Amino acid sequence: MLALFNALVVRDLRLALRRRSEALLPIGFFVIAVALFPLGIGPEPQTLRAIAPGLMWVCALLATMLSVSSLYNSDHADGTLDQLMICGHGSFESAVVIAAARSAAHWALTGAPLVIAAPLFGLMFDLPPPTIAMLAFTLLLGTPILSLLGSVGAALTLGLRSAGVLVILIVLPLTVPALIFGTGAVAAAEGGQSAVAHCSLLGALLIFTLLTAPLASAAALRLAVE
Amino acid sequence: MQLKGFHNPGGDALQALSSASITAAPLAPLAVQGLALERGSRRLFTDLAFELGAGEMLWVRGRNGRGKTSLLRLIAGLGAAANGQILFDGKARAAQRHVVYVGHANALKEDLSVSEALTFLLRIHGGRLDAAAIDAALGHWGLLAQRQAPVRTLSQGQRRRVALARLSVERRASLWVLDEPFDALDADGIECLNALLGTHLQRGGSVLLTGHQAALAADLPRRELDLDDCGT
Amino acid sequence: MKLFTFAAPSRFYALSGRVLPWLWISAAVLAYAGLYIGFFVAPTDAQQGEAYRIIFIHVPAAWMSMVIYLAMAFWAALGWVLNARMASMLARALAPSGMVFTLIALWTGAVWGKPAWGTWWVWDARLTSELILLFLYIGYLALTEAIDDPKRADRAGALVAIVGAVNVPVIYFSVKWWNTLHQGASVSLTAAPTMAHAMLLAMLLMTFAFWAYAFAVVFMRARAIVLERECGAAWVRGLSNPAMGQAA
Repeated sequence: MLALFNALVVRDLRLALRRRSEALLPIGFFVIAVALFPLGIGPEPQTLRAIAPGLMWVCALLATMLSVSSLYNSDHADGTLDQLMICGHGSFESAVVIAAARSAAHWALTGAPLVIAAPLFGLMFDLPPPTIAMLAFTLLLGTPILSLLGSVGAALTLGLRSAGVLVILIVLPLTVPALIFGTGAVAAAEGGQSAVAHCSLLGALLIFTLLTAPLASAAALRLAVE
Repeated sequence: MQLKGFHNPGGDALQALSSASITAAPLAPLAVQGLALERGSRRLFTDLAFELGAGEMLWVRGRNGRGKTSLLRLIAGLGAAANGQILFDGKARAAQRHVVYVGHANALKEDLSVSEALTFLLRIHGGRLDAAAIDAALGHWGLLAQRQAPVRTLSQGQRRRVALARLSVERRASLWVLDEPFDALDADGIECLNALLGTHLQRGGSVLLTGHQAALAADLPRRELDLDDCGT
Repeated sequence: MKLFTFAAPSRFYALSGRVLPWLWISAAVLAYAGLYIGFFVAPTDAQQGEAYRIIFIHVPAAWMSMVIYLAMAFWAALGWVLNARMASMLARALAPSGMVFTLIALWTGAVWGKPAWGTWWVWDARLTSELILLFLYIGYLALTEAIDDPKRADRAGALVAIVGAVNVPVIYFSVKWWNTLHQGASVSLTAAPTMAHAMLLAMLLMTFAFWAYAFAVVFMRARAIVLERECGAAWVRGLSNPAMGQAA
């Protein structure tokens, strides 16, 4: 099982390395989307500081959803997904490992760069350092949740025509708790209050999603290759 | 549905198989009983039954759309049957016996090099990762010079060779499920595959395949399964 | 085994056909009674005046939207696990009605909000959760409509419904959390804690009316789905041409 996990993650990272420009597209989207808001709302520092955490969380959400809808597409197209689903002689456990590996690779390529990029934007929005730190921390806990949930959506909509929009429709409502706890933590940090409660809830949500999302993805993948 | 005809120049006569004889030989590498498969709302076949023994090759025939590919995918482990059972050595899941499936698609990532792609396929199936064996397999198929080339630079025929190179690495008496393996191969490739099939059968492996009869070497013993006969 | 004979689509079709007229009648009678009591008999609210009466539609609709979602998830799961066609068809039939009730709840909530709080929309915990429930319904319907193969559509929908049902408590909790954080004392759209007997009666009658209506509409939709999917079966052909087949 571990060998399968490692093989998949290494392969995904290697593939992304060979297509660097494509791997950076979600970050590009994030940058543009975040920059649009001051243009649309006005450069008033107070307003920007107030909306910055929520704004960045939502843009991170959208960037993740956009990139996750094609998570299984290329494997499905060239037949690799069939080979993957045969692993362990088609057992459910192998499918779970595959889903987990793909989510992990997706997070490494999309979520992790977002966590790194967010503080830079925090400076652009003139957020104080403790707030930026909390923002990065909540994104660190939250982006894996987004990748995991996105993987469920991607598996469900595999091969469908309007898969991109469908993934967003299906998965976004499920990401609301993560969004609320994440931005709540940042707001608490900004107000000088303790963000422990928010962070614990976010952490609990991460654990819950880690344990359940790969199972749902695996079930959806098996439906898709039938 | 009964097994139709056989071609075995040197062997014994094969009997038509029924469910009763299947229970009498529970350790057949592959035994299918009462299989029914649906595709969408269409019933492809109902009550399909056959057995595949060690050292045997079964050639699945039928018109387009009869369910050849679906049947092979089902046996490989993709999807679920509407009814019936597939038994590997008498068990529901191929525990001991390894199933190698080479489908229509080559399952090669375009951006990986040939040897990387082949290694990945072998690794996920828990196969041997001996670099020398992989190189030998690639050499066997005439692709040693392209081992570092990205897959996308290869022609369709060359990609097929890489996909089939998996079979060259195999040393076990496993069950091979091959969907149109001769597609896109030139005369050399066809000869290579036939030799591989012969060696595999001799060491006790089993082969289930579809494809043009013309490509399959005449001296390889095989049975036929005609899906056109299993009506819905 | 007797229970499972009712699971046959032909049986469902026959039974539901017999029950439908009664469902429509009960829905009409209960709705008439409930609305009459709610709009004419129940006393005027001390704080909100006459406008509060919309809750006799709003609250039952909200309840129905949640109950139908759970029922949908339940039947979809049952259909998947037991490979029961009728259960899956029932789940597909429930979804549009659930969405309609959610829309009614949201709309009446807005209509209530205007005279009560001065705005057409209030981001309180309940209304926001109801909005997210609407998104869950939209996701389910969009996915099941996008997949051509009925079996895959049913099962993918079941997965979405189950994942949604599991997440609904989490979502509701997080939205309540969010609401208290940002507004302090929550603005509640529930009726006063002690309700007059007439108000309670009206609410109950309207709830039952919506139940009957939901059953009627869902059964009608399910019957249409049954005919569509089982169109090759002898009993279906026998419906239009009695000489050809026998209704089960």
